[in-house]
Amino acid sequence: MNVPTLDLTPLRRADRWHPAEWVFWLLPVAAYFIFPNNLVLLTQITITALFCLSLDLILGYAGIVSLGHAAFFGIGAYAAGLLSAHGFGDPLMGLVVAALVSALVGYLTSFLVLRGADLTRLMVTLGVSMMLYEIANKLTFITGGVDGLQGIEMKPLFGQFEFDLYGKTAYWYAVAVLFVLFWVARRLVHSPFGLSLKGIRLNVGRMPAIGAPVNARLSAVYTIGAIYAGVAGALLAQTTQFVALDVLSFNRSAELMLILVLGGSGSLYGALVGAILFMAAHHLLSDINPEYWQFWLGALLILIVLFARDGVMGALRRLRTALGKGSKK
Amino acid sequence: MTVIFDGIASGMLLFLISVGLSVTLGLMNFINLAHGAFAMVGGYVCVSLLNKMGVPFLAALPLAALATAAVGVVLERTLYCRLYAATHLDQVLFSIGLVFMSIATAHYFFGAQQQPLTLPDFLQGQINLPGLDMGIYRLFLIVLGLAIAFGLQRLVSGTRFGARLRASVDNPRAARGVGINVERIFTLTFALGSALAGLGGALGVEMLGLDPGFPVKYIVYFLIVVAVGGSGSITGSLVAALILGVADVAGKYYLPQVGAFVIYAIMVLMLIVRPQGLFGRRLAR
Repeated sequence: MNVPTLDLTPLRRADRWHPAEWVFWLLPVAAYFIFPNNLVLLTQITITALFCLSLDLILGYAGIVSLGHAAFFGIGAYAAGLLSAHGFGDPLMGLVVAALVSALVGYLTSFLVLRGADLTRLMVTLGVSMMLYEIANKLTFITGGVDGLQGIEMKPLFGQFEFDLYGKTAYWYAVAVLFVLFWVARRLVHSPFGLSLKGIRLNVGRMPAIGAPVNARLSAVYTIGAIYAGVAGALLAQTTQFVALDVLSFNRSAELMLILVLGGSGSLYGALVGAILFMAAHHLLSDINPEYWQFWLGALLILIVLFARDGVMGALRRLRTALGKGSKK
Repeated sequence: MTVIFDGIASGMLLFLISVGLSVTLGLMNFINLAHGAFAMVGGYVCVSLLNKMGVPFLAALPLAALATAAVGVVLERTLYCRLYAATHLDQVLFSIGLVFMSIATAHYFFGAQQQPLTLPDFLQGQINLPGLDMGIYRLFLIVLGLAIAFGLQRLVSGTRFGARLRASVDNPRAARGVGINVERIFTLTFALGSALAGLGGALGVEMLGLDPGFPVKYIVYFLIVVAVGGSGSITGSLVAALILGVADVAGKYYLPQVGAFVIYAIMVLMLIVRPQGLFGRRLAR
């Protein structure tokens, strides 16, 4: 009998690394040599990129609207921070513990998120993160409350590399973590699992018909997103050696969504590009005038929603198609 | 008793502000996170009228509502109307953008400090009954809130405008087909929602304070009221607002170390038990 086979070549090709991607990953190396005095900012960008990647996984790929993603960022930050403040300063162990804790919370809360439609999800994610904010705010004897968590001391990475004053180790550490997790995420979204997530986002009703367990998939990706956010939070706690209460704030969640949309959701590089552009613009513009920064940020967001729904990556894609058509003629 | 009374009063205030959101979000199905920004407009208009021009408080309230409605209409015609058909995510992003802009604008014109507001004499003071101290302003809020709840309920379910509105929301195409001017209905409804927000914002200055952070600080509360009450249900919003108000005040009074935690926990619990809210209509989309 002749079994019809599906031609999977386009999917396989999407999985392969494009030369432009290799060039992109030379950027952090180049940035190190071009801006040796701004390593702290570069580290912040890297961490934001990782955090944004985690939202991209759940929002861009699986279509779960979350206004409380900072919850996991904060959990990771506090987990890693508390661990090292109590004498367990090994950075990698901190990352693993932060990942485990946020995975647990992510898995448990994913069942809350699965109930209801967009508005309910929005409110539940928001509510969970606000609850955590209040807990961290009130448990002053553990978290330091509004004053922030202090006394974080990091042991050298692998017992070799001290976290120096200039942030060299911190920078390479963050970039390495970002790269590894990005590579994993890239494998993930091109796997059958990732494709089923896309299917769920595009047509939730049809996916069970082809045998995809929708709720289990969503719960899994939500947990993965939580892990990524937790690791990002842990990186922030470890590299700045401080955890402020604002890691859990609503602003952080809202800003994150903005960054993702700016870069283009539903594309892994969108998350990275958005983080780079946003943080760089924030750094430059808020120096000039901190009040107007917020105004233009809002204006930009409205413009994106009205005119450039798929962000920078979408614009690049359109540009490429246009050029491709032009050269064929 | 006093705690319950204060809770009801603060719940009523929550209701007054968020009923506008219940109209725009609930009836029109637009996730409008910028609702707090409209309330803030009302607050600032009211404060400016009172302090700079010496308009009496009771006259400043409707003026604040009108001014906010005007702002609402302009924004609806230029921006919101393009996004009715957009996804919820787009609406969220768009309204967050508006919130950011409104905060920066308020900051620019009024500065970061709290705005002072002195109530007229007849709204100050207390009525003391055995076991119950009632602030007159709070009593005023409760009466006004009940009146507005009743009026709105009549408007939506008992008038021709309400019927047209419900028709336009449930099925815009069919509504157009029977000759309803859907765009105009939506604009009017949005104006109504903004006016209510402005009124609530003006009334809330005394209890909630007013500074540029207002839209972010309280939006969570307004959303909770609407989400818990069930979108589009005015009775639902009223009940939800009262529950939240009482729980919030009681929580802060009896368990101050827990603080606002109570209110979020209640919301999450309620939403888990009833994802459509207490009095949810069937989902329009």
